[in-house]
Amino acid sequence: MDIKFNEFLKEKKSDISKRWLEVILASYPNDKSGFLMNQQDRFANPIGYTFSTGIDGILEVLVKGEDFSESISFLEDIIKVRAIQDFSPSKAMAFIFQLKTIVREALGKDIGQSQIDLALLEFESKIDDLALTAFDIYVKCREQIYELRTDELKRMTFTLLKKANLMSEIPVQEFEHKDQK
Amino acid sequence: MAPKVKLPKPGELSQIDFKTPATDWMDTPVEFKPGTYCWGAKEKDLLTLGLPNPRQWSPADEDWKIPEGWESTILDGIAERLSKYRSFKIFMDICVRCGACADKCHFYIATGDPKNMPVLRAELLRSVYKKYFTKSGKFLGRLAGARELNMDVLKEWWSYFFQCTECRRCSVFCPYGIDQAEVTIIGRELLNLVGLNIDWIAGPAAACYMKGNHLGLEPHAITGNIESMVDDIEDITGIRVNPTFNRKGAEIMFVTPSGDLLGEPGVYTCMGYLMLFHELGLDYTWSTYASEGGNFGFFTSNETAKRLNYKIYAEAKRLGVKYIIGGECGHMWRVLNQYMDTWHGPADFLEVPVSPITGTVFENAKSTKMIHISEFTADLIKHKKLNLDPTRNDHLKVTFHDSCNPSRGMGMLEEPREIIKAVCNNFYEMPENTIREKTFCCGSGSGLNASENMEQRMRGGFPRANAVKYVKEKHGVNMLANVCAVDRAALPALMDYWNPGVGVTGVTELVANALVMKGEKERTTNLRFEDLPGKGGNE
Repeated sequence: MDIKFNEFLKEKKSDISKRWLEVILASYPNDKSGFLMNQQDRFANPIGYTFSTGIDGILEVLVKGEDFSESISFLEDIIKVRAIQDFSPSKAMAFIFQLKTIVREALGKDIGQSQIDLALLEFESKIDDLALTAFDIYVKCREQIYELRTDELKRMTFTLLKKANLMSEIPVQEFEHKDQK
Repeated sequence: MAPKVKLPKPGELSQIDFKTPATDWMDTPVEFKPGTYCWGAKEKDLLTLGLPNPRQWSPADEDWKIPEGWESTILDGIAERLSKYRSFKIFMDICVRCGACADKCHFYIATGDPKNMPVLRAELLRSVYKKYFTKSGKFLGRLAGARELNMDVLKEWWSYFFQCTECRRCSVFCPYGIDQAEVTIIGRELLNLVGLNIDWIAGPAAACYMKGNHLGLEPHAITGNIESMVDDIEDITGIRVNPTFNRKGAEIMFVTPSGDLLGEPGVYTCMGYLMLFHELGLDYTWSTYASEGGNFGFFTSNETAKRLNYKIYAEAKRLGVKYIIGGECGHMWRVLNQYMDTWHGPADFLEVPVSPITGTVFENAKSTKMIHISEFTADLIKHKKLNLDPTRNDHLKVTFHDSCNPSRGMGMLEEPREIIKAVCNNFYEMPENTIREKTFCCGSGSGLNASENMEQRMRGGFPRANAVKYVKEKHGVNMLANVCAVDRAALPALMDYWNPGVGVTGVTELVANALVMKGEKERTTNLRFEDLPGKGGNE
């Protein structure tokens, strides 16, 4: 990544991360008391904690220019929360794209003056990649919600199926193994 | 020509409304989105229970088929309860909106929706109380926080009183001791007056009324299920345990939630009871009539709860037992500890429970004559009456989830911990503000563990899962122990979503795995037929 651009980014990182958190939390307009933003205890406010540590983690990797597979767990943590909160898919995922605007705003005039526009474009492509990964995670979460329902049903009926000899649990391999002993 | 499709302009999709809603909370009606509410109660179940307004309906429909004049039914219902329950009147009058409870509810924490603040959830009902039962509300209306009762309000009640799990975490923090669970209980009672229950509550309650348990298991199914567990126990330990059913003259009757009789991982806990009692040579019997410790009537109305609870003392009397031991369950213990004695006591035909093994007198159950299995087991362990090999649980790193009702409802905090520490070598507590009396609910209690509301459950359980995540990352915790049947049913899904790789177990299952029984063969698997660490198999 362009060295100059990277320096700017490092310098503005805390501003960007603060602004990003604000923008994400703005998608909870009912939270008039500012609980999600202000409660700092990670157990009393898991949403706030997950988002703030998550975006710090993602930014860290982006700024360093590392492969963002490093930051997937942070991304996953955030999206897991967004996926079960009544948001439409576009609203749930919007925060990734909003990062572009935030970075542009944060760098402001520096973009033109320091001729880092190419580096910025490159950086924005990275955000697009991040968005694609995020999309995979989101869909996986939503699919899992339905899987959880069927898994639960299976657990509930397991005994019945076993009794009716409709289900056998012990794989063939295990039999072989025990026979050898 | 292809029809013109209006595509959103760039940036339009990500446009987030920064403004607070244009309408006041009183004027913001509820939206019913799939995944976030439970199905409505079925006609047949309300008929079985003799509850008002049985009909087929769906919360997603505009018309909920509520009979004409429902407003006066509700208002009369409020008046009756104000005169009957002093606590309700006090809770309606005394709240000073200090906000101490506001951020303590797991549903609020996980949604940021202010109507999930306990204070505002109560206000949904309080505003109507003010309008019709207080002078200030009658004359000043909105200025005094009062509002008219209308269909939107009724729907809002239904939505939010079935988003409260009656866990009572908020009441721990209330300086006035307002018990929000009681407000929810009354709210649900009022809704039931016009036929507004959920299927997951009315169904099990009706099954319990007809068959004695929530799952609707008939006597042969109960004995059959237990027999198959007996077979499994024999395979694992080489010992055949001999439970008895409906045996008159036994010293102890054992009652457990029917969830332990069917479905994973509850059945393993049930196998644990069977093994423990066999090893002790306990003179006890199961009942196929009092075959349910839980009480989904408790989530419907006081009357329904009372009717479903009746069979426990009645059966104890019929069998002529001395006292009752109850299995691992949550709300069951709030009912038994705080309601049963008032409804159907005094149980003077029973004796104060005394452990036949240690001689300990359970003074705490002097009146109800019923003790929790964890109290019983912890006492055995304290007196070193069990031969335990905790290394059999060495592959587990265990944390303990305090179920809301045993912890906050009956104060049982130490017993399960003492047991776990004796049967497991690796036990790690979750952070202080998420356990014991401040425990976070599983998010599925009080009849909300249906599957159609899975999203809602994942939200409600997020604060709990978040604390589990912490010990998982810090200590490698891979097993979440608890003493509640609803937890055992609901937490596996919660863990699969938030913390994959963390299993769920009842405490008695851990005990039975560590229990060295007299004359047992060398065990190679645990109760789940999984290989024991270092004992061969597929490792």
